[in-house]
Amino acid sequence: MTFRRLVLAAALGVLPSLAASGAAAQGTLRIGMTAADIPLTHGQPDQGFEGNRFTGIPLYDSLTAWDLTRGDRPTPLVPSLATEWSVDPQDKTRWIFRLRRGVKFHDGSEFNADAVVWNVRKVLDREAPHFDPRQVGVTATRMPTLRRAEKIDDHTVVLITSEPDSLLPINLTNLFMASPAHWERKRSAAPNAEAAWNAFAADPSGTGPFRLVRFVPRERAEYVRNEAYWGEIKPKAERIVLLPIPEANARTAALLSGQVDWIEAPAPDALPQLRARGMQIHSNVQPHVWPWQPCFAEGSPLTDVRVRKAINLGIDREGLKTLLGGMMVPAVGTVQPGHPWWGNPSFQIKYDPAEARRLLAEAGYGPQRPLSLKVQISASGSGQMQPLPMNEFIQQNLRAIGVNVEFDVLEWNTLFTNWRRGCKDASARGAHAINVSFAAMDPFFAMVRFWDSKMAPPVSNNWGHFSDPQFDAMVAEARNAFDPAARDAALARLHAAGVDEALFIWIAHDVGPRAMSPRVRGFVQPQSWFVDLRLPFIQ
Amino acid sequence: MFLYLLRRLLYAVPIALSVGFVCFLLVHIAPGDPINAIVPADAPQELVDQIKRDYGLDRPLPIQFAVWLSKVAGGDFGISLATGRPVWADLSVAIGNTLRLALAAALIGFVLGTVLGGLAGAFQGRAIDKVAVSFAVAGVSVPHYWLGMVLVVIFSVQLNWLPAMGAGPGGSSDWTWDAEHVRHLILPAVTLSVIPMGIVTRTVRGVVAEILNQEFVQTLRAKGLAGRRVFLHVVKNAAPNSIAVMGLQMGYLLGGSILVETVFSWPGTGLLLNSAIFQRDLPVLQATILVLAMFFVVLNLAVDLVQTAIDPRIRRG
Repeated sequence: MTFRRLVLAAALGVLPSLAASGAAAQGTLRIGMTAADIPLTHGQPDQGFEGNRFTGIPLYDSLTAWDLTRGDRPTPLVPSLATEWSVDPQDKTRWIFRLRRGVKFHDGSEFNADAVVWNVRKVLDREAPHFDPRQVGVTATRMPTLRRAEKIDDHTVVLITSEPDSLLPINLTNLFMASPAHWERKRSAAPNAEAAWNAFAADPSGTGPFRLVRFVPRERAEYVRNEAYWGEIKPKAERIVLLPIPEANARTAALLSGQVDWIEAPAPDALPQLRARGMQIHSNVQPHVWPWQPCFAEGSPLTDVRVRKAINLGIDREGLKTLLGGMMVPAVGTVQPGHPWWGNPSFQIKYDPAEARRLLAEAGYGPQRPLSLKVQISASGSGQMQPLPMNEFIQQNLRAIGVNVEFDVLEWNTLFTNWRRGCKDASARGAHAINVSFAAMDPFFAMVRFWDSKMAPPVSNNWGHFSDPQFDAMVAEARNAFDPAARDAALARLHAAGVDEALFIWIAHDVGPRAMSPRVRGFVQPQSWFVDLRLPFIQ
Repeated sequence: MFLYLLRRLLYAVPIALSVGFVCFLLVHIAPGDPINAIVPADAPQELVDQIKRDYGLDRPLPIQFAVWLSKVAGGDFGISLATGRPVWADLSVAIGNTLRLALAAALIGFVLGTVLGGLAGAFQGRAIDKVAVSFAVAGVSVPHYWLGMVLVVIFSVQLNWLPAMGAGPGGSSDWTWDAEHVRHLILPAVTLSVIPMGIVTRTVRGVVAEILNQEFVQTLRAKGLAGRRVFLHVVKNAAPNSIAVMGLQMGYLLGGSILVETVFSWPGTGLLLNSAIFQRDLPVLQATILVLAMFFVVLNLAVDLVQTAIDPRIRRG
């Protein structure tokens, strides 16, 4: 054999054998996340809702939870570690929660009222020995009125809010219950509370369907099934491996080469190839809104409702959907028709350039006096979908109705920072609208923070300084409606009024695309940012 | 020599200070807010202010810089804003991973570059020279992240021979130099090696060609010295320049490649910097850049010392 043939034979012999050695064990589900790091595992994840999805819900439970087992309806709120709850009729700032009995943390300690009080104090009581400032930012904002918790008996707690707030049970899906006993053990071996939380994050203990057994920062987290899980639906996958792969093409390649079984947000232009290779593509409408948020400050042309309506009517959302390969749902409001908060708006958002031109003319704009708008957008960012091509598509649409749009393109972190400061701030640089996407599963985040005048900067995200006493009254009504049906009805009135006033330029809902190997079975894509990891398994 | 070494090491102090200061300023001049790594955009201002106080981000910039500097002088690189983990814990792992990748890429790039450059220099103007120069130009010109993607498509997606990402079947924490781990290293190392390969090829080619044209080589040949012995003289004369270039390239490789490490999800300093930049994770950014700058300083010193050892004509001191 010549030297050349020897080398060739060696190469052909060795490479396939190297490739074959990477096969995964049966029942191990390997997931490629979009995050650049494993979201925090101490019970209050960072990395936005991807954190809740992968290191919150699978490891921990909250008092209330979303039912993620179906994809054909908006996800309802269901009991989790609390079996029932009601507001105190004498004092509507006190919510009484009855706790589930017989639930144990992964370390074997019991879940009870003391654990709930301890978990509320970890983020709200600066005097508590286990208070962790790092968990405050990602928790307190999601339950803005919660102040403290009191134990009534081992299985009953009272949660106290700063003002009557019917939205608290929804907010509580974001407060995950970590094991106090396990933390105390970590604390006894750590010099301070911060070090104890770091040790807890490396070896956490919740009540969720999976237990963390391996954690390599920035590289992987491995879960095994919690055989003592309390829930009726038991987890099916034996093991779950989470891998941070922030680059979309790298995720796609990892799936196609068999290194992972499931990827979040595949590269959009890779979808045909993924389908051709037999991969499953899952998507469903999400409580996510990709809008332009108008500025209502004096001098902004968007203070005129006719202009806002015209722009809403001048956007070809179906064309935009085609641009994205079908991976969006046209937005005609903050929630979809059929949602309990949809209401019955009279303004129908659709593509109607003739009506848009008529409304603009009525507002005094036309060929002699074209409307010019400046919009702050980002080049990328979490939840921002494909901001550059999408905005350029809309720019072309609006040019056709006589609106000239100029973009102020900012880096995502910068745009996010500006969002807090409002359109009157110098950081807005005279922009008439801002393109920041948001989650809409909770009424506070979907509507209240944008349409309540008290939420103007620097308090919250009413970037446009919208102020209308009628809307303030509707927000107050919703927050004081403690019967779930009455609360939904009040929210529906608020939403319908918002659509009728065209308080946003609603453009798209994300559909959370994910691609999976044909070996993944049992997966359900709910109408949510989250998924139920108890359901999928590898066959 | 000892005084020279001491002086060079002392130079590292103002360099470290300058790097730290410039990095600190750049991050603060850039728009955006480090607080976004910890607090969602919808947080009320009261909470944002409170957390800024907790992290010391509300203090004047000179004081923030002084506090950071005093801690670093004591060996404490601080806590990551984004993860809450000690910076050194993540940084030391990332450095180890980048070192592995850099060494593999250097091995491929320097060996190939030296061989190709040597051949091209020895056979200047001939076909082999043109082929070697073409490789060198391609190596320097082709964007390596693009090459990485192409290699992934061919060897991972189409042929399924090599993994597309990661630093081992179980991550880098259990790294050993076995086949399973080495196959994770092949594609990123080859991708990263093309630029040093091109630069070393061009350098060695130029140096070898120049030495071969010098009179002492003609004298050696005229005196009847065997080709192998002449070759050794050429190598010895070409080594100092080539080593200087390799040292610089090694510095770049140790700095990690943000693009290559991102394409292959290789958990090195490049990937760490990438996420730290987007999250404005100041402590991670500052510590990583400082350590990488120190790598350059130490590496340059090492190259100078090796040059002196090889060529006594180069005097240091």
